[in-house]
Amino acid sequence: MADNVTLTIDGQKVTVPAGITVLEAARQMGIDIPTFCHDPELSRPGACRICVVEIKGWRNLPPSCVTTVTEGMEVETESEAVVEARRTILDLLLANHPQDCMTCQKFGDCRLADYAYRYGLKKTTFVGEQTNVPVDESSAVITRDVNKCILCGKCVRVCAEIVGRNVVDFVSRGFTTKVSPALELGLGEKEAGCVSCGSCVAVCPVGALTEKNMQGIARPWEVKKVKTTCPYCGCGCNFDLNVKDGKVVGVTSNPTSVVNGRHLCVKGRFGYDFIHSSDRLTRPLIKKGGKDGDFVEVSWDEAIRHVASRLKEIKEKNGSEAIGVLSSARCTNEENYLMNKLARVALGTNNIDHCARL
Amino acid sequence: MQLYRAHVLVCGGTGCVSSGSKKIQEAIVDELAKQNLDKEIKVVETGCHGFCEMGPIVIVYPEGTFYCQVQVDDIAEIVSEHLVKGRIVQRLLFKAPLTEEQVPSYKDIAFYRKQHRVALRNCGHIDPEHIQEYIARDGYEGLAKALTTMTPQQVIEEMKKSGLRGRGGGGFPTGLKWEFASKSPGPKKYIICNADEGDPGAFMDRSVLEGDPHSVLEGMLIGAYAIGADEGYIYVRAEYPLAIKRLKVAIAQAEELGLLGDNILGTGFSCRLHIKEGAGAFVCGEETALMASIEGSRGMPNPRPPFPAVKGLWEKPSNINNVETYANVPVIFLHGAEKFASMGTENSKGTKVFALTGKLRNTGLAEVPMGISLREIIFDIGGGIMEDKKFKAVQIGGPSGGCIPEEHLDTPVDYDSLIALGAMMGSGGLVVMDETSCMVDVARFFLNFTQKESCGKCTPCREGTKRMLEILQKICDGNGVPEDITTLETLGAVIKNTALCGLGQTAPNPVLATLRYFRHEYEAHINDKKCPAGVCTALLEYKIVAENCKGCGACARVCPVGAITGEKKEPHEIDTSKCIKCGSCIEKCKFNAIVKG
Repeated sequence: MADNVTLTIDGQKVTVPAGITVLEAARQMGIDIPTFCHDPELSRPGACRICVVEIKGWRNLPPSCVTTVTEGMEVETESEAVVEARRTILDLLLANHPQDCMTCQKFGDCRLADYAYRYGLKKTTFVGEQTNVPVDESSAVITRDVNKCILCGKCVRVCAEIVGRNVVDFVSRGFTTKVSPALELGLGEKEAGCVSCGSCVAVCPVGALTEKNMQGIARPWEVKKVKTTCPYCGCGCNFDLNVKDGKVVGVTSNPTSVVNGRHLCVKGRFGYDFIHSSDRLTRPLIKKGGKDGDFVEVSWDEAIRHVASRLKEIKEKNGSEAIGVLSSARCTNEENYLMNKLARVALGTNNIDHCARL
Repeated sequence: MQLYRAHVLVCGGTGCVSSGSKKIQEAIVDELAKQNLDKEIKVVETGCHGFCEMGPIVIVYPEGTFYCQVQVDDIAEIVSEHLVKGRIVQRLLFKAPLTEEQVPSYKDIAFYRKQHRVALRNCGHIDPEHIQEYIARDGYEGLAKALTTMTPQQVIEEMKKSGLRGRGGGGFPTGLKWEFASKSPGPKKYIICNADEGDPGAFMDRSVLEGDPHSVLEGMLIGAYAIGADEGYIYVRAEYPLAIKRLKVAIAQAEELGLLGDNILGTGFSCRLHIKEGAGAFVCGEETALMASIEGSRGMPNPRPPFPAVKGLWEKPSNINNVETYANVPVIFLHGAEKFASMGTENSKGTKVFALTGKLRNTGLAEVPMGISLREIIFDIGGGIMEDKKFKAVQIGGPSGGCIPEEHLDTPVDYDSLIALGAMMGSGGLVVMDETSCMVDVARFFLNFTQKESCGKCTPCREGTKRMLEILQKICDGNGVPEDITTLETLGAVIKNTALCGLGQTAPNPVLATLRYFRHEYEAHINDKKCPAGVCTALLEYKIVAENCKGCGACARVCPVGAITGEKKEPHEIDTSKCIKCGSCIEKCKFNAIVKG
């Protein structure tokens, strides 16, 4: 096979590596072909058909996401037939989609809305049955609204191919097809086996899967996204803290994260309520007045002095072996290294362990 | 070997079994034993004869006397009269529909006369559970010839020369398909048989599997040798328990004789075949969905390429053909590709089995040479329309096909001419409709089927067929508007153009074909709020024609809602506001005084 192929997309000649798809070639040229089910990290089902293009000499409109480029191919990405097909597909999706965009959590970040806007579809032309099932609120962290699902299947694939849990899959047939955990359990039910990592939320192009704790709190355009490193463990995952009015209101994936891409665990994605918790310790406390005394706020200097002097006392009185050090998975490797130095060199003990082993 | 002076063949196909052939068989065996004839007359349970409507079927050889709709009480007479005295039991013979003439021999019945049985060559003639009977009819000779005298490449060349095209619906040249799989590199390949027959009313594959399972195994083995596969699967729907049972028996018997398994016929070629039972999804007849199902996944089609010949089952090169296709293969090797190619038309060689259903006098399975006209199939083999009603259309190609009206009945049946008419060969379902069939209702029926069987993966098929169906429902309910026709056509075209698999791409066909040939019926529903065939109840009104009504009161008595009133011996009247249009009154009236329209 030749290393490169030359083809024409929207009248422009382009030479691209052999074996890539028409979608990839078009994107390299800056041509934006809409997609719902396509995701570069996941397998390619060619399911949603919104990315169809016209190729000269082909009998129907092939989906660009699974069509490999060939030498001399002539592709039109926005021909009349393509636009008609896309408008029809959008029309069909809207026909079975709640029209509650005003209060939808995904408003402002919804691909269905974006493409409806792009192709000038104000409302559906079909009047008929709509999926009408109760919203699944069984999960502590994810709101699952099957009525908004466009069945792109990204959640199914991310759960199977990246997370390896296979919690959700397609069930039923025809118009009643939906994505569901086994036996149509709620996502939060134990037997469903969901670990609440929220990777499905990160890939959902519409409002079918959203972060429960962000409901009604902030619109996508109201938050400032601050990229940071997760403090929970030493993996070093990155994500965006969503900040509104100086407060962290949520966590969303940042695809540029080198370590983890868009994938996070339940703690990184949903465990941030401690940040603004009123129970959170913000200053060091020392218990004064003996065993039954009270904790009293002190300065860092005083606290550190107190700890140092007590450790010294114990070491002198009972020896180094009387001291144990417990470090944390939430520290960085460097911090844990320093803790190890402190234990072995300064305190003279090998009694050091780590919360992740407990 | 024991010699018998006569053989009594009892049909053991699903059709006859359900009309009671098992009891018939037991009764014959008992009666023969009672009359001490069991040493001279043999009873054989065979596969399907195709004329299921006339079941249970019993054929007595050497004469070839065809007894139909036989009951247990008839057995003593058949044995004493026919088998002892040699006198045919006239009253049990098939009566020709028009002439009422009794037809003693199998071969003279119009239903069989125009047939040419290749794929069904052994169905009804052999006991499918005895491999020796298949071998006695030259079974496994084609395989032996291929394995011992031909290279895999020569096998493929022979297949290409035969011109055999896929009988599952697509019509892709089988030899070419085998060549693709054979050229794909890799030590592990699979041969797969698609026995997931799902078209409403179609049962040709079931009959082949039940009546002649070894022909399918032999065809698969020749294919496996050609492409270099050492393992294969038969994907057969679980709703075919008898076919599964007979396949299991056939596989065990073939293994025992060294015709299947390791070192077949001592040639060093090995191949094992497994049965995989499907769970009733129509879409699993689509090859990529079928393979996903074998792998244990949900049966949903995947985009092609990669084609199965390159990356098929478990990502290994695979070849997949339909039951009927494989059943044709041994014949090609037994008699040569030229002989096979001498049947049929220029581009469609051989024969095709059709399942005739609908408003025909003779329904059942018929195998005919390609190129025969639809008129011959319907009027000669099928015996014409029941009750002398007028022919309206024939739906060919199952729910993915289209209907063909009277003016095209003389078109020769082959792959390409049917496509040109907006229908397709499909797996061979042939549903005949008469003047009492409403074409909008027919389109709705087929679309309802495809919508329910859509796997739900791609948007146009899942959502698009639903909306088309709703529009058809609206039209049948009398709420259609003129724009609905345009919407059906444009939506149908987009679905055809953008759906992922064959199911979706062909789902609009029944609607588009009826719109092409019977647009006036749609227009009558929409513009005049009338159903010309008198099927769509919402558009019907029942009326009593006063001149014909004798005032007998039969209609009033049968009406479940008391909508009919009138004095005795005076014309009655129907209160249309109460009438639920059940039609009971029409059936009861002896004077044709009630009309609907």
